[in-house]
Amino acid sequence: MTTDVPVLEDEIGVGDYQYGFHDPTDKYVFQSRRGLDRAIVEQISEMKSEPKWMREFRLEALDIFFRKPMPSWGGDMSQLDFQNMFYYVKASQGQEKSWDDVPEDIRKTYDRLGIPEAEKKYLAGVKAQYESEVVYGSLQEDLSKQGVIFTDMDSALRDYPDLVREYFSTVIPSADNKFAALNSAVWSGGSFIYVPKGVKIEFPLQAYFRINTQNMGQFERTLIIVDEGASVHYVEGCTAPTYSSDSLHSAVVEILVKRGGRCRYTTIQNWSNNVYNLVTKRAKAYGDSLMEWVDGNLGSRLTMKYPAIYLMEPGARGETLSIAFAGKGQHQDAGAKMVHCAPHTSSRVISKSISKDGGRASYRGLVKATHDAHHCKSNVVCDALILDSHSRSDTYPYIEVNQDNLTIEHEASVSKIAEEQLLYLMSRGMSETEASAMIVTGFIEPLVKELPMEYAVEMNRLIELQMEGSVG
Amino acid sequence: MSSLLKITDLHVSVEDKPILKGVSLDIRQGETHALMGPNGSGKSTLAYTLVGHPKYEVTSGSIEIDGTPLNELDPCERARLGLFLAFQYPVTIPGVKVADFLRHAVTNIRNPVRKEGEGLIPMRDFRKELKERMEQLGMDIEFARRYLNEGFSGGEKKRMEILQLAMLQPRFAILDETDSGLDSDAVRVVSEGLRKLAGPQMGVLIITHHERLLEYNIPQFTHVMLAGKIVETGDASLAHELHNQGYAAVRQRHPHEAAEEQERQKAAGPGVVVGAH
Repeated sequence: MTTDVPVLEDEIGVGDYQYGFHDPTDKYVFQSRRGLDRAIVEQISEMKSEPKWMREFRLEALDIFFRKPMPSWGGDMSQLDFQNMFYYVKASQGQEKSWDDVPEDIRKTYDRLGIPEAEKKYLAGVKAQYESEVVYGSLQEDLSKQGVIFTDMDSALRDYPDLVREYFSTVIPSADNKFAALNSAVWSGGSFIYVPKGVKIEFPLQAYFRINTQNMGQFERTLIIVDEGASVHYVEGCTAPTYSSDSLHSAVVEILVKRGGRCRYTTIQNWSNNVYNLVTKRAKAYGDSLMEWVDGNLGSRLTMKYPAIYLMEPGARGETLSIAFAGKGQHQDAGAKMVHCAPHTSSRVISKSISKDGGRASYRGLVKATHDAHHCKSNVVCDALILDSHSRSDTYPYIEVNQDNLTIEHEASVSKIAEEQLLYLMSRGMSETEASAMIVTGFIEPLVKELPMEYAVEMNRLIELQMEGSVG
Repeated sequence: MSSLLKITDLHVSVEDKPILKGVSLDIRQGETHALMGPNGSGKSTLAYTLVGHPKYEVTSGSIEIDGTPLNELDPCERARLGLFLAFQYPVTIPGVKVADFLRHAVTNIRNPVRKEGEGLIPMRDFRKELKERMEQLGMDIEFARRYLNEGFSGGEKKRMEILQLAMLQPRFAILDETDSGLDSDAVRVVSEGLRKLAGPQMGVLIITHHERLLEYNIPQFTHVMLAGKIVETGDASLAHELHNQGYAAVRQRHPHEAAEEQERQKAAGPGVVVGAH
């Protein structure tokens, strides 16, 4: 394709996913061959001119990846062919500070996704990752003056080698799981954030991840360090074109929230339905700090993601709000892990899942307390809404507790849209689709109202899009 | 020209069990009709059938508004034609704010050809109107921000139904035991509310056991239902008589239907009332 208008998949009948268009790839700077081996990993490291320790780290992780078996639980990954993927694709020369300097095709894509507009209105900084590399980055000047670092992971490795080396892979070791090992071997891009002591960032920092190439593997690596008494809200969004064969997104996100700090990490995941989304996210929260995951999973073919919080010192609090929407051909296996490693820590999980048109939504969660973690509190509430008889919802709560002096509450509910609710709304002039959408919007409202207004609007809009044409 | 809701020889079954056995009724805009009858006689069945509850199957007969047949229309299309039911048991819709719900409903009813996703009526106009209506019904404006019927008392739910009636201004309103389960103050509020709303533009069908609602809203016609049929039609004095004397006299005058009623109650087993919710 050489037209300068991105191809609209709608026009060729792929579906009604709004972001399913793709750009031409003929002007790309570099694309690795398909498949994964030591040579590919060395090539990635070479192209990035990395220090020796990182190259060794990658190669060691690759061995771990090859050694570890595929998980036998969770979703169906039998169609996932690691040797058919592209592991590193570079679309442009480098990261730009102005949208005008970003190659036109790519810039137009981000325009369609509304990123530059959002940046003007309510963001403190933006990173736009396209394929394997970050193509655009910005940060408000007053924040950089206060010592805030918001850059892509590759630049951080070059510009802040000591900070990166001190924290990199300390929260999630390569051997944690097969996909963490894969990411450690071939990672590229992702965000690096450092918020100095006492600095509170008022507006969100946003990263936007876009896969464009078919059979692409995107492996961003994010590390966030919130120093004592500091606070940040980081938001990520993700979309991809609709293709008939699969892509893979396998990120690793590591977060440290130091004493009295605060971090909120919001994800609005809206991959197209041919993306496997297998992500490891974990935070360590120290004394009197607060870590929050807000995890919205609307897209992908299969998502397996259980954001974790390790509560390391007394007074640490962890909170996960999770929304999963599984439509036709989708399996959302999502949840949360709370690990109480110290006394007087508390955690809360609220999960809402919706399944329709044969989709499957699973909540998989873990609450764990070590033997000296006394006087801890944990509260888990999972609600599932099933929209039709061929959709499915499951709950897998795991509790591992080694002592008595703590409170753990777990509540779960599963409901179906009642005929009486539909009748009531329809008898007030709502169409069946409108009525169902209203019931679903109401179902997630307790979570959505926790989001900043712009994201609440976005979440509701995405849910409405998911609901469109779902009835009849 | 005033509209006509015309029900002709309506037969309705629920799960293959016949409940209505030939009901005919004409309601014109501006008229108030009372529908009375013992439990299980089919009053609520008629109400649900009119709004298009999918569980209620019309086996023969017709419902029309000004000649447009409703049988094949879904509840949304019927509502947009001007039909409204104040539910006996309004359901809770968690997480949906009263104001958001009403703004959608009002937009759809006033613009019956609206498609999903098309614009809603302007927020400013809507708010002003909602506030006025709530004040008229003695409702706290705070209700607009609450989730629809969630945690509402019985009286609050019924008042919410009347608020919806006020905002949607249907051509035909059916009130299914809107006065049941309320204390006398609440009945007064609801009754007065309805009296203010009903006018020459609204045909009203009041389904009730009580007389209170009818004191404020004097019916031109009172119909008595027994075993799925309307067996008598009179004026307001018939409602008065039924309230004072019960249905014994009606059953005596209509032994065939009374026998059928007994059969049905036996078939349904002790303690179960056919047709009630």
